[in-house]
Amino acid sequence: MTGKQRAAVLGTGQTHHRSKRTDVSMAGLCREAVDRALADAGMTAGQIDAVVVGKAPDLFEGVMMPELYLADALGAVGKPLLRVHTAGSVGGATGIVAASLIQAGVHRRVLAVAFEKQSESNAMWALSITPPFAMPVLAGAGGYFAPHIRSYIRRSGAPAQIGAMVAAKDRRNGARNPFAHLRQADMTVAKVLASPMLWDPVRYDETCPSSDGACAVVLGDQAAADAAGRPVAWIRATSMRTEPTMFSGKDHVNPRAGADAAAALWHAAGITSPVDQIDAAEIYVPFSWFEPMWLENLGFAEPGRGWRMTEAGETEITGALPVNPSGGVLSSNPIGASGLLRFAESAMQVMGKAGEHQVAGARTALGHAYGGGSQYFSMWVVADTPD
Amino acid sequence: MSQPQPASAPLHAPLEISFDYTRSLGPTLSEFVTALAGRRILGAKASDGRVHAPPFEYDPVTGAPPAELVEVGPDGVVVSWTWTDRPMAGQPLGRPFGWALIRLDGADSALLHAVDAGSAEHMRTGMRVRPRWAAERSGSGITDIACFEPERPGETAADPTEPAQPAQPTEPVTMITTPVRLSYDHTVSPGESSYLLALAQGRLIGQRCPACGKVYLPPRGACPVDGVPTQDEVELPDTGIVTTFCIVNVPFQGQRVPTPYVAASVLIDGADIAFQHLILGCPPEDVRMGMRVRAAWRPREEWATGAHNIDHFEPTGEPDAPYDSFARHL
Amino acid sequence: MTDVAVIGFAQARSERHSPATTNGVEMLVPIFGEVFAATGLTKDDIGFWCSGSSDYLAGRAFSFVSAVDAIGAFPPVMESHVEMDGAWALYEAWLKIKTGEAEIALAYGFGKSSAGHLRRVLALQLDPYLVAPLWPDSVSIAALQARLGIEAGLWSESDMAEVAARSRVSAITNPSALVAGQTSVGHLLDQPYVADPLRAHDCAPVTDGAAVVILAAGERAWELCPRPAWITGFEHRIDSASLGARDLTTAPSAAAAGAAAGAGRAQVAELHAPFTHQELILRRALGLGADVRVSPSGGALCGNPMFAAGLARIGSAATEIITGRAGVALGHATSGPALQQNLVCVLAAEIGERQ
Repeated sequence: MTGKQRAAVLGTGQTHHRSKRTDVSMAGLCREAVDRALADAGMTAGQIDAVVVGKAPDLFEGVMMPELYLADALGAVGKPLLRVHTAGSVGGATGIVAASLIQAGVHRRVLAVAFEKQSESNAMWALSITPPFAMPVLAGAGGYFAPHIRSYIRRSGAPAQIGAMVAAKDRRNGARNPFAHLRQADMTVAKVLASPMLWDPVRYDETCPSSDGACAVVLGDQAAADAAGRPVAWIRATSMRTEPTMFSGKDHVNPRAGADAAAALWHAAGITSPVDQIDAAEIYVPFSWFEPMWLENLGFAEPGRGWRMTEAGETEITGALPVNPSGGVLSSNPIGASGLLRFAESAMQVMGKAGEHQVAGARTALGHAYGGGSQYFSMWVVADTPD
Repeated sequence: MSQPQPASAPLHAPLEISFDYTRSLGPTLSEFVTALAGRRILGAKASDGRVHAPPFEYDPVTGAPPAELVEVGPDGVVVSWTWTDRPMAGQPLGRPFGWALIRLDGADSALLHAVDAGSAEHMRTGMRVRPRWAAERSGSGITDIACFEPERPGETAADPTEPAQPAQPTEPVTMITTPVRLSYDHTVSPGESSYLLALAQGRLIGQRCPACGKVYLPPRGACPVDGVPTQDEVELPDTGIVTTFCIVNVPFQGQRVPTPYVAASVLIDGADIAFQHLILGCPPEDVRMGMRVRAAWRPREEWATGAHNIDHFEPTGEPDAPYDSFARHL
Repeated sequence: MTDVAVIGFAQARSERHSPATTNGVEMLVPIFGEVFAATGLTKDDIGFWCSGSSDYLAGRAFSFVSAVDAIGAFPPVMESHVEMDGAWALYEAWLKIKTGEAEIALAYGFGKSSAGHLRRVLALQLDPYLVAPLWPDSVSIAALQARLGIEAGLWSESDMAEVAARSRVSAITNPSALVAGQTSVGHLLDQPYVADPLRAHDCAPVTDGAAVVILAAGERAWELCPRPAWITGFEHRIDSASLGARDLTTAPSAAAAGAAAGAGRAQVAELHAPFTHQELILRRALGLGADVRVSPSGGALCGNPMFAAGLARIGSAATEIITGRAGVALGHATSGPALQQNLVCVLAAEIGERQ
């Protein structure tokens, strides 16, 4: 047998995301997602061939390579277990590595698990450890990304309220998602604009929460998908690209790694006009302004025109390109799991399993994640048919 | 801040990381830790009938949570051991002690803990040991057992000198705190080392990539585009422009400037990459993209090999750089 | 599926205290140059990159991010990272070639073990609720394992010293080794214990270093290397984290990975055994007979750069094939306390020599 094997998402599961899931251990948090994913796929842990674990920095939980301790809880004993870490994009990379195990013809049924239990420590502390000789200037991830958002506003001429429009939409979407951390059905643009300015131009309600949470996805090959006897999400294409954090000539607004990853993704999926051919997009938007920025980076809009889609309501759940119908990262952010949540939510859309946040008639969807200083990108396209 | 070191070796300095992690236990571990606070040790009965002490959260065979926890020990037998002459920070005892895998009475698996045996000669496989309970730290988890100690001949678990139960019922313990303190030696790259040594003399030194010709300030381990070390040193002025910025209103750990203040990307004249610094000397709302700025150095006597030598940047009052002149640096 | 071969390998010299940063860049740039020069490749030829490293080794979050500076990762590259030994990065790279998404892939691993107090840092790999709060160090954990085997009659302190002595002699011809030289079992057994029953020679030295391996698919491998080391089996498994519930004198995960990968055919085996008794466990688990040459490089006991040493074992095994010294070679990597996780890569000169 030669060539890439077909792979599909057979089931997904996630935790109820909260700022502190003090009712569970790390293993318990993961199992909540894993048990739901296995049930969704109609499978038992014993049927899984291999496990892929994704998580952001180990310093968040104070455990070095926690997948070693989690092997028992994840049902991985006696099986292959891989641990992926590609900064904030790790959840997406976890899904892609799991897919590769099937596409390469090595395994038939693979479990991907990603988690973060931020309440074990304090992410801002872990991210702000200042090494000797350096000086702390920026305040966490918001301080890093806010200047680049200012650059985007300057470059695109976007009206000031675009970020608030994204935030209000994603929080209202989150209210449709029973697992979301923030569920704010009554969120409005005016309320977002009235929230405190944290890292000008970024306001409090335009930032993601800090969450405990996990996500799990069961993937399978053609035979496993056929045997499932239930809707699956076929993986049409995956893509990953990396560039350095800082270099002379880096475009922080429209990073080439993201644009290259998207171009490769659309090509591999046979998509010639993403805005017309994608029915729902789960895009990694931790700060509201990244919605228009990534719409441009992904090729849904020309450079400088992404905000017009947001402004016109096209990214609403009823719009031409619903973006983050789940509420996205702005509604739940268990860092290491956030990327896999985007991938899982895109699969749920084409499987018709997204419940109250289902996009009507969604047949082809995008899952997207990024990490580091806008330098790691991972994405996939899933659809309700294999080709 | 460390003192200048010989230029031959890159600068290095201690890096301490320290955090008290708060761990929620979940139902099984909570029951185990709560029992420890009450000076009882519980094991988990697996589906194959084996009793695991300490308990598992998920059955090794079925993957299910344990159906019940059962009391074991508290005494047990050493199944393997080693000896520590020089205890390390955080370990159960400050004097030489043994580590042991201890199979508690009634259990099929072993628990790892310290044995206060005085010397290695008093350790042996098969020896009987009993827990020595911590004097005070009830509810702290596994450290509620201070250590184990050799059972004296003829002694049994039911030693009447030590009550098996606390006087008061124990509140459920749902969280433990685990301090993690680690010390590292942090080294900077040779290029950054040159930069820091020059900074200690009030100079800004960048390095040019031999492949692309771009000037990096501060220099990196290698040009990120070409993957080759930068070597040619380029002396740069302490003036430049603000390419972009944010106004920080959030306090954070290590912050030394009262909010609001401006954190900016500063592109030094002659450099090809911006770095992050503070902009003071004008109201935050007056800071603009393209604004000309100059370094405000700390007093010379405070200079060291650190980024702090430049306290902040402040406006020069010159006309702003046109947007097109720096747009490619955004 | 696509046949994949190792066609290039380079490793940094093992050092007790490297002046390099924990980003790995200073250790990686020279060996990237070395492996590219040997294969005639450039960075533009690499279709997929994958690295292995650890934040806790460096003492800060996202420590691997700057390592891509060593690549010169612009234009952007297809790249991934595992928080594991580089051997597992090689596994991910192998997958990418098998899916057809890349023809040539490069895996690297790096670790500056000396930046922190290694044996104490590794305590954070243990169960975070029931074990790690006691800070049992990695050498003590290994000592508990060694004693179990000694008292079960599976090996002796003398057997362990023999492993150390043989490794040090083998390492004499390995310019990357940190420890090498002639010694005798009697001399080694005269040394004091560091953690009874382990003596210094039973423990791998704290080592800084890096390694890189290049893989190529089918015809490309033949173009790039006159005698490619074809991967005929690549498997890994993990055992329970519960030290007190599993039999520490065996490594079921190594046995299962070895059986699946075809370990029994190996004429030479590079084993990633950071402790002497662990080599003895692995030889049994992998079914290596007395005629199998073990760790001709000197192995991890003579240089154990964390997160690179497993990858270097596979690179060293491949070198046995590429240089014509062996027809079938095995590279092994381990991870976690007491051989919890194990990977086996079987390489052969003959593409048809599948299990």
